[in-house]
Amino acid sequence: MSQPIFSAHDVSKVYRSGEVEVWALRGVDLDLFEGEMAVLLGPSGSGKSTLLNIMGGLDRASAGTVRFADQELTDYPDSRLTRFRRDHVGFVFQFYNLIPSLTAWENVALVTEISRDPMPPEEALSLVGLDKRMDHFPSQLSGGEQQRVAIARAIAKRPQVLLCDEPTGALDSKTGILVLEALDRINREFGTTTAVITHNAGIREIAHRVFTFQDGGITQMHVNERRIRPQDVVW
Amino acid sequence: MVIAMLDRKLIRDLLRMWLQVLAIAMVMACGVATIIIAVGALRTLEDTRDAFYDRYRFGTVFASLVRAPLHLREQLARIPGINGVETRIARAVLLDVPGMREPATGLAVSIPDIGELSVNSLYIRAGRLPDPDRVGEVAVNEQFAKAHRMVPGSTFEGVINGSKRLLTVTGIVLSPEYVYTLGPGDLVPDQRRFGVMFMPRRQLAGMFDMTGAFNDLTLRTQRGADLAAVISAVDTILAPYGGTGARDRDDQISHAFLDSELSQLRGMVTIVPPIFLFVAAFLVNMILSRLITLEREQVGLLKALGFSALAVAWHYAKLVIVVALLGTAIGGAVGAWVAPMLAQVYGEFYYFPFLVLRPAPDLYLTAATVTSLAALAGAGKALWNVLSLPAAVAMQPPAPTRYRKLFHRPADAHRFFSQLTTMALRGMIRHPVRSLLTTFSTAISLSLIVTALFTFDSIEAMIDIIYFRTERQDATLAFGQEQSPAVLQSVGRLPGVLRAEPMRSVPVVLRNEHVERRLTVSAWTEGADLSQILATDLTPVQPAPTGLMISDRVASILGLSIGDLAEVELLEKEGRIEWVPVTGVFQSYIGMSVFMSDEALTRLVGDGPRVTGARLAVDAAQVDDLYDVLKSTPAIAAISLMTVSRERFREQVAQNVTMMTWIYSGLAIIITFGVIYNTARIQLSERARELASLRVLGFTRGEVYRVLLVELAVVALAAQPVGWGLGYLFCWAVVEGFDTDLFRIPFVIEQSTFGIGSGLVLAVVVVTGLVIRRRVARLDLISVLKTRE
Repeated sequence: MSQPIFSAHDVSKVYRSGEVEVWALRGVDLDLFEGEMAVLLGPSGSGKSTLLNIMGGLDRASAGTVRFADQELTDYPDSRLTRFRRDHVGFVFQFYNLIPSLTAWENVALVTEISRDPMPPEEALSLVGLDKRMDHFPSQLSGGEQQRVAIARAIAKRPQVLLCDEPTGALDSKTGILVLEALDRINREFGTTTAVITHNAGIREIAHRVFTFQDGGITQMHVNERRIRPQDVVW
Repeated sequence: MVIAMLDRKLIRDLLRMWLQVLAIAMVMACGVATIIIAVGALRTLEDTRDAFYDRYRFGTVFASLVRAPLHLREQLARIPGINGVETRIARAVLLDVPGMREPATGLAVSIPDIGELSVNSLYIRAGRLPDPDRVGEVAVNEQFAKAHRMVPGSTFEGVINGSKRLLTVTGIVLSPEYVYTLGPGDLVPDQRRFGVMFMPRRQLAGMFDMTGAFNDLTLRTQRGADLAAVISAVDTILAPYGGTGARDRDDQISHAFLDSELSQLRGMVTIVPPIFLFVAAFLVNMILSRLITLEREQVGLLKALGFSALAVAWHYAKLVIVVALLGTAIGGAVGAWVAPMLAQVYGEFYYFPFLVLRPAPDLYLTAATVTSLAALAGAGKALWNVLSLPAAVAMQPPAPTRYRKLFHRPADAHRFFSQLTTMALRGMIRHPVRSLLTTFSTAISLSLIVTALFTFDSIEAMIDIIYFRTERQDATLAFGQEQSPAVLQSVGRLPGVLRAEPMRSVPVVLRNEHVERRLTVSAWTEGADLSQILATDLTPVQPAPTGLMISDRVASILGLSIGDLAEVELLEKEGRIEWVPVTGVFQSYIGMSVFMSDEALTRLVGDGPRVTGARLAVDAAQVDDLYDVLKSTPAIAAISLMTVSRERFREQVAQNVTMMTWIYSGLAIIITFGVIYNTARIQLSERARELASLRVLGFTRGEVYRVLLVELAVVALAAQPVGWGLGYLFCWAVVEGFDTDLFRIPFVIEQSTFGIGSGLVLAVVVVTGLVIRRRVARLDLISVLKTRE
């Protein structure tokens, strides 16, 4: 593995509500390398989503620095963070977050319209095996299909990083594996750095590295000697 | 005090949605305020008028004649159904009032030497009635006195039957007959230039050589008397004495104008509040439906916890009732503040001696009830959903919304619209009823402004037609008696007179089968330039050498058209009846006019050429000299000055229209803001999740904001043609409503009126859009990703 593309250093996040302070992250360090598939494991409230949101430019750290390639994201104003998300990051969420009034094709086209060097929406959809369902609205698709549309939407802009927050959280094992296969294929074919948050420990084996979160910090980092294929994941 | 938990929720919901709640309450408040103000003013005016008419014995039948002996009084009193007869002397005189350059016109009316008036009694505001034994004492109407700051003891001069006399004001009075005073030839009251003077019969009879005679009659009939029979009996008795036909109150100027004002108010009461209640009901429907959609799970939970369906529905109904009560309170407060001011304005405009203001708790109660009912009607569907939703189903997420494609192939849509625009348009198509009602409500706002501004266009057109195209003279003189045409040469020699044209008018009854109208036939002289007759397409026309040229109003009322024979009863010629063909129809906005060529009229009347007045073109530089001469010219009974009257007309109309425009624009702004703001807020609420998703995907705030703007823009733009159309209809209704025998208004709407209306509505939409923009900036990107739709 080469240079780290993402680098979080001593990142903390505090939520203040009146007198009460809640530490979501306590001085976390994390590097992600180009082409890497990383899995972030941990119970609810352990800080993994907070870190992912900060790295994706959706939220700001209370302390510490976050770098992406040669850009220092820490002090970016809202407009530059928006630009950063638009140009470099693909997101996949647990509840898909598709636009219900747009068809599968349109949901992908939504992003390709504002991207610099996108792939055609048809191509992105066929990468996730949905080339036959392009004209369907989200409400006409199954959960797994909706999540694959979300992945197609995330990769259509050819992002350098794909940040996935519980992408299989709302799916059964069979459809969950289809989604993981799509992510795995993107990672292998395009070399897209991919970070996947999950509760599901079984998924850890598809990653290059696995980070375990507890109480706002990383307690363990494990390097997989051998990655397994998604279809071999024990759910 | 212990507040039930559900009520705490209610209070917090209200506080959270305060601006939406306020926007709806304001729309309701407009409805309530219009009910209280307009109904309140209407009641005050009606009650005041009725009380004044009743206590001061306002006449029910009016007639004028040339001269009749006083002993006819007994004969008149014997007509069945009569309970009061006043045989009076009434004559127009020229007045010279200190401090006023131009001559004024006065109507001298006799009052009994002894005893009270049995009809049209006078209310004495100040001083006393004139003494029958003293020369030159008069009581004047309050309007005229106020305009000239007259008090008992003030003096002015009158040209009475040829000689100039000094008149002393002894009293300031109000008469039910002159609540609204209109001088001869005027379109709006000019209290400076027209006064009514009451003088003892003995004095007036001496001045006009009318001892033992009368030339004016008012009668008071018993309740339920057959007016038609009374009028016919009066006409029979007065016919030998030059009676020009008795009239009922409908043709009495003061009453007719007061009545048309009341009809307008009544129209406002029936049209405006329902508009606001409709819009308010729609807004309540919109926000409550959304609230209940958002709180679907809570509804299920409350039911699961053991609250009855009714209790849960009542909780939401209370929210609606609170909004309605808030609207009623605001509207009621505004109403309570404005209604007495409006009554005061009416009181001053119409000159009542008193105002009957009665407390109107029932109005407030009615307004509150009607508003609450309208709000609950709007809430009906949403409340029914709460009632009927089973707890278990409510706690599940609702079925996903179904959208439809704009084009068969998505790639086609892609060619026309960006995905963001597609989102916005599909959202609108998904809620067609809401989109239509939003558009319609916005259109109503626009139409209100158009209706307010249109009056201005219409009146300007009327001024142009009347003062610049038909009545182009600077002054009109009315002679006391018919004169030979030779008098025009003398008139032409008056200082500053550039041109003098003869006028002759002959009172007749025009009849077609069973329909008849009392009116005057005017002579039209070949080559006349100061007065023109306009065809229905507004080009100048001339009457044919024979036959009648009637105005469109006369034509439609009497059902006459060109070629028909009309029955003409010559009132001053012992009711001789002639049949005359209709040879032309022309356009007229005032009165019921009929023209004939002067030769034809002379032939019809059969007593040789005569003139009853003159139209003058005057050199503005010498107008003062002319006024001086006129003030002491005995033959002239009245003068109307077109320039003064035009300015006065403009002034008064401008005042009314400006006030109307402000009020209607204010109402329109409140409706537009209420509708657009609530629409935008609900869109924002429904779309918070997808808009936040867009932000996450890398769309800027501006781009996301545009999704909301597209819908607002489509609504605002679609509302324009609809609003113009509605405005056009409302204006047409106003024109129809004004259509009386006394006057009509032309149906003219300038393009600028539509433009100003549109500009104002669009400006409110833009401002609302800016208010919403702040909320787009505050979208929470993270929390929205953590929740299921």
